[in-house]
Amino acid sequence: MAANSKQVVLAELQRTLLDPVALPDLAGPWTEYEHPRQQFAEVLAAVGGRAVVVRDLPELNAELAKIDTFRGARRVCSLLSGIERANVTVREMDDPHAGEDVDFFVAPGEFAVAENGAVWLTDEVLKHRVLYFLTQHLVLVVPAREIVSNMHQAYQRIRFDKPGFGLFLSGPSKTADIEQSLVIGAHGARSLTVFLLESSLPARLE
Amino acid sequence: MGTAVRSHPLEAADFVANEDRMHWHDRALWFVRAKRDKAAAAVPEWEQLRELASQIKLHLLSRLGEYLEQFERNATRHGAIVHWARDAEEHNRIVLQILQQHGVRKVVKSKSMLTEECHLNPVLEQQGIEVVDTDLGERIVQFRHEPPSHIVLPAIHIKKEEVGALFHERLGTERGATDPAYLTEAARGHLRNKFLNAEAGITGVNFAVAETGGIVVCTNEGNADLGVSLPRLHIACLGIEKLVPRMQDLGVFTRLLARSATGQPITTYTSHFHGPIPGGELHIVLVDNGRSRFRADPVYRSSLKCIRCGACLNTCPVFRRSGGHSYHAVIPGPIGSVLAPLRDPRKYYSLPYACSLCGSCTDVCPAKIPLHGMLLSWRGDLAHQKAIPWTKRISMKLGSWVLRNTWLYTLAGKLARTFMPWMPRWTLYHRLNAWGKHREVPAFPRRSFRELYRQQLKQNDGRQQ
Repeated sequence: MAANSKQVVLAELQRTLLDPVALPDLAGPWTEYEHPRQQFAEVLAAVGGRAVVVRDLPELNAELAKIDTFRGARRVCSLLSGIERANVTVREMDDPHAGEDVDFFVAPGEFAVAENGAVWLTDEVLKHRVLYFLTQHLVLVVPAREIVSNMHQAYQRIRFDKPGFGLFLSGPSKTADIEQSLVIGAHGARSLTVFLLESSLPARLE
Repeated sequence: MGTAVRSHPLEAADFVANEDRMHWHDRALWFVRAKRDKAAAAVPEWEQLRELASQIKLHLLSRLGEYLEQFERNATRHGAIVHWARDAEEHNRIVLQILQQHGVRKVVKSKSMLTEECHLNPVLEQQGIEVVDTDLGERIVQFRHEPPSHIVLPAIHIKKEEVGALFHERLGTERGATDPAYLTEAARGHLRNKFLNAEAGITGVNFAVAETGGIVVCTNEGNADLGVSLPRLHIACLGIEKLVPRMQDLGVFTRLLARSATGQPITTYTSHFHGPIPGGELHIVLVDNGRSRFRADPVYRSSLKCIRCGACLNTCPVFRRSGGHSYHAVIPGPIGSVLAPLRDPRKYYSLPYACSLCGSCTDVCPAKIPLHGMLLSWRGDLAHQKAIPWTKRISMKLGSWVLRNTWLYTLAGKLARTFMPWMPRWTLYHRLNAWGKHREVPAFPRRSFRELYRQQLKQNDGRQQ
C-alpha cells in the first residue's frame, strides 16, 4: 500500500516535465558584523534574553549568583563542571520526565549567531534533550570567540552525518497569541542567559 | 466538486458589522506588518534573499520527484520511517494506524496547517484518542471548536476578555481576568500536564532537507520540542513542497521566515530532527493531496513556493478588515485565495474577488509568489470555467461589451449624465447593487472628460490662430 502510493505520487510528478531551473549559488556576500559580540548581545536582549561576557568560571559563578531566580532555585542541573549550587546530574535521570522540576539548566552551546541572537545546541552532549525545553530557566555557556555573523556561516559549521538533534535557540520561550501581547515563558524556559566565556570551557559532566 | 458556500462578501458582512472590532483586528495585523517591514529593512541583502528563495523553490519543483526520493533515502538512513500519502484520507489513515499500533490514547500536537488541511483531529478523536493542540493560539481555538483564523496567529480574531471567559470556564482561572501574562501562565500549567502525560507527539514541518534527510520545525513557544522530546513516538506530517535541496538552503529560509511572519530575527526554536529520539520512533508522512496536480499548472504552480509565513495575510487590506473565517478555507488571505480554487473552483469562486489588486501581498512575499497576478488570472479562469454565478457572468459580459465599443460607451455615459440625476434614489441604491452599499455616487458632471478635452483643444487652436 505505502509503496504503491509512493509510485502514484512519483508517477504524477513525472507526468509533467518542467523546464530546468538552476540551483542558485549561495556564496553571498552576506552582512558580517565588525563587533559580532555586541550585535549578538543587542539582538538577544531584543528577543528577551541576556548575554554576559565573562572572563572565567569564577566570574561566571559570580554573575549567576546575582540572578534572583538562581539564588532561589532548588534544583540546578549542569552539564558543565564547576557551576556552584548545581545539585542534579543528567546521569541520575533515567527517564526524561525526571527533568520536570529542574529550575535551572546550565549547558554548553557550540556557537552563537550575531544576526539573530541564536545559539546552536545539540543532543550530543546530553541524553535527554527535553531539558532544554522543560527547565524553568536556561543558562548557556558559549566560547566567546565562537560567534558567526549570519545563518549562512552557521550552516557551514553544522553536519548531520549521523542521527541527532540540533537546535538554534534565540531567547526564552514566548508567545503573543493573546491580543499580540508579548508574554515570556510560554511553555519552555522563562529566562535565557547566555554567557560568552573568554577562557576555555569547563569540563563536561554527563 | 462541492457547491458554492456563501460568498466571501456575505461571510465578511458579520465581521464588518462590528466596526470597532473590525478596526481592532485591522490594527493588530498592521502592527505585525510594520514589525515585518522593520525587520526586512534591517537586512541589506533582503531582496537578494527573496530572489534566492524563489529560485531554490523553483528548482525544487522542477525536480521534485528526485528530491523526494533522496529525502526518503537519507531520512531512512537516520532511522526515520517514511510514509507516502496520496490524499488527506490516506494521511489520516496512516497517522491513526501508527498511533493504534502503539496503543496511544493521548497525543500532543504542535501547529501544522497540513493536519488542518487533512482534518486529522476529528478522525483521531472518533477513535477515542485525545488530541491536544499545544500552541497557545491553537489551544484557544480548539477550546472554542473553531478553526484557526490565521496561519501564524491562530487566535488573532479573539479578544483577551473572551480568552479570559473561556479559560475561566475551561481552566478555572479567575472570573473576569484578562491579563495576557496571567492567562498564558494558566495555559502553561494546563499544557505542561498534557506534555508530561502524552504518549505521542505530532508536528508539522517547516522545511525538510533532501541532502541530509532531516526535518526542521520552527516555533516560538517551544511546544513542538516539548511534545516530541518526552514521548518516544514522533509523527511529522508535511506537504511534498516543503523540501529544500541542501542544508545550506536553510540559511536563506531561516533568515526570511520569522522576519516575514512576525518581524523576529528568527523563531525562538528552530529545531532540526535527523532520526528518532534515542530509543524511540520517528515517522515522517509525505503528503501529496493535490500538490502534484497544482505543480502541473503553468499559471498557479509557483504558489507551491509558499513557506506559510503569513506576511500576505497581515498586509492584505481585505483580510485585515474581514477576518480569516470569512474565507471559509483552511488557508485564508491572498495565498489561500490562490490555493482554494485549485481544490474546488465552484466552492471558492468568490475568494479571488476578495482582493483590491493592490499588490501588497506580492511585495511582501519572501518567496516572490506573484500573488495578485494569480488572483487576477483566477477571475478570468473562473469565468471561463463558468464557476462564478450567472449574475456576475452576465454583468461582466455586459461591462466588457460596453467598454469594447466606443460608441456604446459614449452613449451610455450621455444617457447616465442626462437621466440619472432625475431618477428616484431607489433605482441606484437597492439590494441588488452591492456597489451602492456604504457608498454614494458623486454628482454627475454635465459634460464628460472627452467632451471637455475636445472643447479645450478647440480653444487652444483658436488662441494659436
